[in-house]
Order: sequence, then structure tokens, then C-alpha cells
Amino acid sequence: MRFMMLMIPKGYEKAAPGVMPDARAVAAMMKYNESLQKAGVLLALDGLHPPSMGARVSFPGGKPKVTDGPFAEAKEVLGGYWMIQVKSKEEAIEWAKRCPASDNEVIEVRQVQEMSDFPADVQKAAARFPELQAKSGQRRKS
Amino acid sequence: MTATDIHRAIDAIFRIESARLIAGLARIVRDVGLAEELAQDALVIALEQWPRLGVPDKPGAWLMAAAKHRAIDLLRRRALLDRKHEEVGRELGARQELAAPDLDAASDQDVGDDLLRLMFVSCHPILSTEAHVALTLRLLGGLTTEEIARAFLVPEPTIAQRIVRAKRTLAEARVPFEVPRGAGLAARLSSVLEVLYLVFNEGYSATAGDDWMRPALCEDALRLGRILAELVTHEAEVHGLVALMEIQASRSAARIGPLGQPVLLLDQDRARWNHVLVRRGLAALERAEALGGARGPYTLQAAIAACHARARTPEETDWARIAGLYDALARVAPSPVVELNRAVAVAMASGPAAGLELADALTSEPSLRAYHLLPSVRGDLLAKLGRFDEARAEFERAASLTRNRRERELLLERAAACAHGLAPPKAR
Repeated sequence: MRFMMLMIPKGYEKAAPGVMPDARAVAAMMKYNESLQKAGVLLALDGLHPPSMGARVSFPGGKPKVTDGPFAEAKEVLGGYWMIQVKSKEEAIEWAKRCPASDNEVIEVRQVQEMSDFPADVQKAAARFPELQAKSGQRRKS
Repeated sequence: MTATDIHRAIDAIFRIESARLIAGLARIVRDVGLAEELAQDALVIALEQWPRLGVPDKPGAWLMAAAKHRAIDLLRRRALLDRKHEEVGRELGARQELAAPDLDAASDQDVGDDLLRLMFVSCHPILSTEAHVALTLRLLGGLTTEEIARAFLVPEPTIAQRIVRAKRTLAEARVPFEVPRGAGLAARLSSVLEVLYLVFNEGYSATAGDDWMRPALCEDALRLGRILAELVTHEAEVHGLVALMEIQASRSAARIGPLGQPVLLLDQDRARWNHVLVRRGLAALERAEALGGARGPYTLQAAIAACHARARTPEETDWARIAGLYDALARVAPSPVVELNRAVAVAMASGPAAGLELADALTSEPSLRAYHLLPSVRGDLLAKLGRFDEARAEFERAASLTRNRRERELLLERAAACAHGLAPPKAR
């Protein structure tokens, strides 16, 4: 099963554009990333620029509305993620515990939904979606 | 945390640590079987103590220290009984003094070397392929005998026996705990790759039983392949195998229909392929090809899989390129199965008649007499040529040859469609 380990650094919601973690923290984190890689469990990982460089799209009344970051109301924001493939939630938690994170950081461990997790009717509904995508893709091509 | 929670946490920790633990211990005691028993002992001690004392901060180091204590006790006792062991005991004592108290002090390089040695010993030519598979999953994959037995649909005592016997054989033959050097390395490495791919394939298209796939086995093989690729970075075929497994695994969700039936590659909904795995597979293939040299069988197969992975629709598939890659594969690893696949690619590139000609040439091949995919391919090509009666007979023959229930149902369905003079149904 796949899990996302979502890194939530407190304070990142207010971080200035272009802010970067210090070299020492990065070095420790690289070592941790390598240990995931060497154990054969790491599928993907990325770090995110602070929200002050991003935007939020909300849908009041069903219409998209864009708000540029930083977001005054946000208490927790993502700083990055790892996607890992392991046998159990406990194993995912065990990997999260080994992260050289600091005092202000939280890692949220969440299982990735697989199609087989959905009941049959939802699977059926979802299965139609890629079909439609493929069709529209073909039309664009021709 | 409840007791159950702690036990589950310990299971997870042991799964992460056991290969490193066994590998590190095997280097010290020079006996893989003994190393595994010591690791088990450490696990038992953890199960006794951690629920009371809590999980230690560095569980891997804790388990290693516990196992080393057991090893010293054990070897001292044995040394009293058997003078031969005295030497081993002294060496262990010396190492114990020299070794830093926890596993963190062992460099990544050392741990990696130990893991690699463990892989080579588990796949040592003195053992049967069945023993290679069982030992690799047990010692490196951290699977229990029960899990291995379930995965291979074999009674648990059979697997347990197989592991015990393999460990005894290694000990009696005094197989050194080392990575082979020089000319021997290539052959031994290819045996390790073969074992990993065998495990992967058993999960990917189960040869027997009711399920078309056993994904846990694919994940185990893939994980071990990724570990190996971090340890042996300079061997193209290691990356080739990882690429092949990543790309094939990317199709897992798409190759099973809603009723558990198999869905063939060209009928698969490509939007359901796992694109993270596709990307990883293509990256691994790039690494393999960047190392240069003649492309080996895994790299070539990965290159073929990559052709499919890159095509957004079946119609976009570059069949001419695939047929060329099968030509190359037939040169480095000639086999009737490769020929059969080449026939399929040629049929797609140059029409069913050209493919059928190649497939027909294989009907006298003794090793394919009981291989269900030969009549299955011939049935498909005959149906495309409108020769439905012959096609039906081939599909029926294929159905009678497969041992997998899901596959049999699909083949019978296609035979039935031919009986009505229809093109065989899509497998979806």
C-alpha cells in the first residue's frame, strides 16, 4: 500500500517568498531521503515553495475565485511530501518517526486511495472518467 | 498504545530492520542460519520488553545489541562444548569490543555491503531455485514462512523445511559470506536477478490458483530490486530489471477487470496505469542505457515495456521498434517464448499473416507443447484473419492448458465468440 507523509512546518504559512531551509537541515533531510531510497520504499518526494508564492482557488457559489498567497486564514500548510510503498500503516508511521524533523514540524501520514478501495458503484463511475478523457484527447489530436 | 498496537509497531520495525540485522550478524558469525536465529531471538526479546519499557529511540541499534549479546552467550556455551568454536567466539569477542555500540556507527557502505553479501548467499548456486526464492523472501524481504507459503500456495511446513534445509546446506558447505569477484560475479548476479524476477512474475501472473495477480509479491520483488539497484549501481542489467518491474507494476490496476478477470495490455485503460511507477521505470531504463555496453535481456525487455508505456493509446504503439527490440532479444536470449512475442510484434507491425507465419513455425517446438500462450496467440491471429473455426479450436486448446482460472475463463469466452463468427471480445 502507498502512503503520503505530508510535512507540515509550523510558521511556513507566513514564510516570505523564496525562503529556503538552512543547509544543515537540508543535509540531514537528504540523509533521511537516502535511507528511504536505500530501503526500496520511496516512490516520490517533493518540497513546496511557501504559500506566499502560491495562490488559492476557491469556489464561492460554484464560481472560481483566486486569492494570492500568503493566506491569512491558514493555520497549517504543506511544506512537502514523500510517497512511500510499504506493507502497513505501522510501517509508514515507523518511517515517519525516523525523520530528522524539528520542533515546529508535523508529519501527517495518510494512505493513498487505490481504485480497489472504492465500492463497486464508485469504481464504475470513476472508470467512465478516464474513458471520457481519452476520447476528448483523441478529438483534440485529429 | 495498547499491547496490540505495540506488537504491530514491532512487526513493522522488524520488517524494516530484519535484513540489515541478519546481514550484519552474518558478517560477524559467518553463518546465515545462525544470524537469522539470532535476529529472531532479538525479536522475541523485543516482544517481551518493549510493551513494558516502550519502543527504544533507535530500535534497529537496540535489536542489533540484543542479538549480539545472544550471540556471545551462545558461542561461549558452544565453545565449552566444542573447541572448534573457540576461535569463532574469540573473533566475535574481539569484534564486539571493536564495534561501536550501535548500528548507526556502522557506515552505510558497510551495511550495504552486508546486504549485498546476504543477497548473493541466498541465491548461491549450491541451492535450488526454490530455496533461493524462499531464503531471499525470508532473509531479505522479511516475510514470515507463513506469508511465503501463502504467496506460493504451498503448505507452511514445506517452506519451513525448505528454509531449514537451505540454511543447513550453506553451513555444511561453509559457503563464504562474501560478494563474488571477477568472472564469477556476472553469473552470480544474474542468478540474483532471476530470483527477483521470478518472485515478481509469480505475483504478476500467478501460474496457479484463483487470483490473476498477487500484488504483494510484486511489491516485495520490486522493493528488493530497488535496494539492489542502490547497492550495485554500475550494472546495467540491475537497472534494466528494476525498470522492467516498475513498468509492469504500473499496469497492475488496469490489468484486472471489475470482476477480477484479466485485461490484456492493448485493452487496458491507460489512464489507470500508475504514472509514478511509469516515470520511475523510464528513469531506471535511462540509467541502464546510460551505462552503455550491449543491452542485456532485462534492459531489452524494459525497453519493450517502455514502448508501450510511452504510447498514450494502443494505436500510437511503435510496433516496428518493438519487433526490432524482440529481434535483439532473440539474439542475446534466444527462446521459443521470445520468438512467440516477436511473432505478436511482427503481426502488429506488418499484419496478422506475417505474425502467424512466425507463430506457426513454433508449433513443433517441444518446450511450447503445454504453453497456453502459443495457441492463445495463434487463436488471436487466426481470428484477425477471419479463420474463426481454427481460432476457436486454438482458444479452447489454450484454455485447457492454463492453470489459472481467470485466464481460462477469458480464453473460453474468446472461443465462444469465435464460434459465433465474431471477433474475440475485448477482455474488459
